[in-house]
Amino acid sequence: MASEATLHELGEHISAALENEVSETVVSFGELTICARADQIEKVLLFLRDDSNCQFKQLTDIAGVDFPERECRFDVVYHLLSVKHNQRVRVKIQTDEDTPVASVVNIFSTANWFEREAWDMYGIMFEGHPDLRRILTDYGFQGFPLRKDFPLTGYVEVRYNEEQKRVVYEPVKLTQEFRSFDFMSPWEGVKYILPGDEKAEGQEA
Amino acid sequence: MAEVDIKNYSLNFGPQHPAAHGVLRLVLELDGEVVDRADPHIGLLHRGTEKLIEQKTYLQAIPYFDRLDYVAPMNQEHAFALAIEKLLGLEVPERGQYIRVLFAEIGRLLNHLLNLTTHGLDVGALTPILWGFEEREKMMVFYERACGARLHANYFRPGGVHQDLPPDLIQDIYDFLDPFIQSVEDMETMLVENRIFKQRNVDIGLITAEQCLDWGFTGVMLRGSGVPWDLRKSQPYEVYEKLDFDVVVGKHGDCYDRYILRLEEIRQSVRIIKQCIEELPAGPVMSENRKVGPPRRSDMKNSMEALIQHFKLYTEGFKVPEGEVYAAVEAPKGEFGVYLVSDGSNKPYRCKIRAPGYAHLQAMDFLAKGHMLADIPALIGSMDIVFGEVDR
Repeated sequence: MASEATLHELGEHISAALENEVSETVVSFGELTICARADQIEKVLLFLRDDSNCQFKQLTDIAGVDFPERECRFDVVYHLLSVKHNQRVRVKIQTDEDTPVASVVNIFSTANWFEREAWDMYGIMFEGHPDLRRILTDYGFQGFPLRKDFPLTGYVEVRYNEEQKRVVYEPVKLTQEFRSFDFMSPWEGVKYILPGDEKAEGQEA
Repeated sequence: MAEVDIKNYSLNFGPQHPAAHGVLRLVLELDGEVVDRADPHIGLLHRGTEKLIEQKTYLQAIPYFDRLDYVAPMNQEHAFALAIEKLLGLEVPERGQYIRVLFAEIGRLLNHLLNLTTHGLDVGALTPILWGFEEREKMMVFYERACGARLHANYFRPGGVHQDLPPDLIQDIYDFLDPFIQSVEDMETMLVENRIFKQRNVDIGLITAEQCLDWGFTGVMLRGSGVPWDLRKSQPYEVYEKLDFDVVVGKHGDCYDRYILRLEEIRQSVRIIKQCIEELPAGPVMSENRKVGPPRRSDMKNSMEALIQHFKLYTEGFKVPEGEVYAAVEAPKGEFGVYLVSDGSNKPYRCKIRAPGYAHLQAMDFLAKGHMLADIPALIGSMDIVFGEVDR
C-alpha cells in the first residue's frame, strides 16, 4: 500500500493538473480524497484513468451519502483503484435532488449499475445514462429508501391474499410502534431536553 | 423465396430456476438459440441491509454481514471489522489476527467448494456436489465449534475475534486438511479432463484483462484473465504478509480457466491454514482496549466496574471518531469492500457495501452476447453469484 507521503504527492499532482476542477485534496486514515466540482466529474475521472502517474483503470464503487441539512444534500463518492500503481483514490462531488450528475458509463462500463443503484436508493439523477431504471427495489416502488427522511419501516408491505389469490400491497401496520433507542449517555452527547427538565431553564441562572 | 421476418424470442430465465443460483431473473432475447441480449433483473432478495445498519450500533451491525454472502460469512465480517478498526486506529493482537486469517481461509474453502460443485451440477455432473457437501459439512462444524453457529457466525469483532478457540479444535482442523485435499483431488479427476465438462466450459465467457478492469472485475474473475492481483498480496492485511502462498493466475479468461483457478486456490488456502496453525502464537484474541473489547467473564463476577462496562458496551456501544474509510478484503468472490462514514456517534452514518458479485453480474449482457442459451448456466456458475451479496 502507498505511504502517506506518496499520497500527498499524488494529491498535489492531481490538484496541479486539474486546477479548476478539483477544490480540495485530503489525506486521512491513509486514504486520499479528492473533492471535485460536480459538473466536471467526467473530466476528473478521465484524467485519473489515463494520466500515466494515476492509471486508475478500475472503478471500484459509486456510493451516495445523504446529508439532509446541507444545501446540496447528496455526496456522490467514486472509489477508484489503480492496479498498476497499487493505489486507491476517492473522488467526492456534491449534488442535490434536482441537479443531475453527468454519467460516467462511457469512461467505466461498470458505472452503469452503480449509478442505477444510486438513483434507486437516493434519487440522484445521472445525465446521459443509457438505462436509468430502478434496480434493487420492487417493481413499481415509490420513494428513495436510503434517504435519511425515509422511515426504516417503509410505507407499504406485501402479503399473499388468499381470497384474491395474488400478492397485495397494503400500508404498513405495526402492532407496536417502532421504537428507536439512542442509548447515548445523558452526560455526554445528548442534545434534546430530557422529560421533566423543561422547567430547569432559567431557574439555575 | 419470400422474405421471412424472423422475430427474436424473449425468454424469462428464473427467478425460480435451479441454475439461477438463487433468485436471478434473466430476461433473454434469443435469436434462435443464440443470446442477443441479457437483462438481469436483480433485487428480489433485497433486504435493505445498508438502511438497517444505519439504525444499529456497530456491534449490532456485524450479523448483517453474515447474511450477505452466506456461503462464506466470516469474510464479510472481516471487511466491516477492518473498516471500524481503521477509524478507531485499533491494533488486533497477533493471535486474533492468525485466527481471523485461519477462518477467512476456511470461508474460502467453503465458498469454492460450493461453487465448484454446483458449477459441475449446472453443466451436468451430479456426483461432485454429493462429495463436496460432505466436506463442507465438516467445515461448518468447525464454524460451529468456534462460534456456536454453523452459518451466521458473528465471530469477527472490531478488535479481534469474539472468543478463543478450544484447543482440540485447532488439532482437528489440522487433521482434517490432508484427507480433505484427497477428496478434492477425487473430485478433480472426475471433471478436469472430462470431455463433456470441457465442451461446456472451454472458450465460454471469454474476457480480456483490459475488459476485466473496465467492468470492475476482481478476484478469480480478474485473475482468470492473467492479472496477478490479489489483495492478500498487494495490499496485505492481518498477517498475510508473513504467510507463504502463491497467487494463481489463469491464461485464457474463460470459464474453464476460472474453474481450474478455484481448484488451485483451494490448495493455496490449505497451505495458509496449515501455516496459521503451526505458527499460532499464544496470547489474547481480543484487543485489550476496554473502550471496544468487553471485559472478561470472570472479571464480571467480582468487579462492579467490569459489569457496568459490559452493560455499556452492549447497549450504548462504542463511539467511533468522525471520518470516512474504505476497507476491502479479498473475499472468495473478489474484492469485498465497506465504505464507512462515521459522524462520531455509536452508529454508522453510512455503510456502503461493495459486493464483488454485483460488478460481475453486471457484465452478463456483455459476456453472454453471441453465446448459446445452454452456456448461460455455465456463465452464471463461473461468475460465482450469490444473491445475498448482490441484492444486499
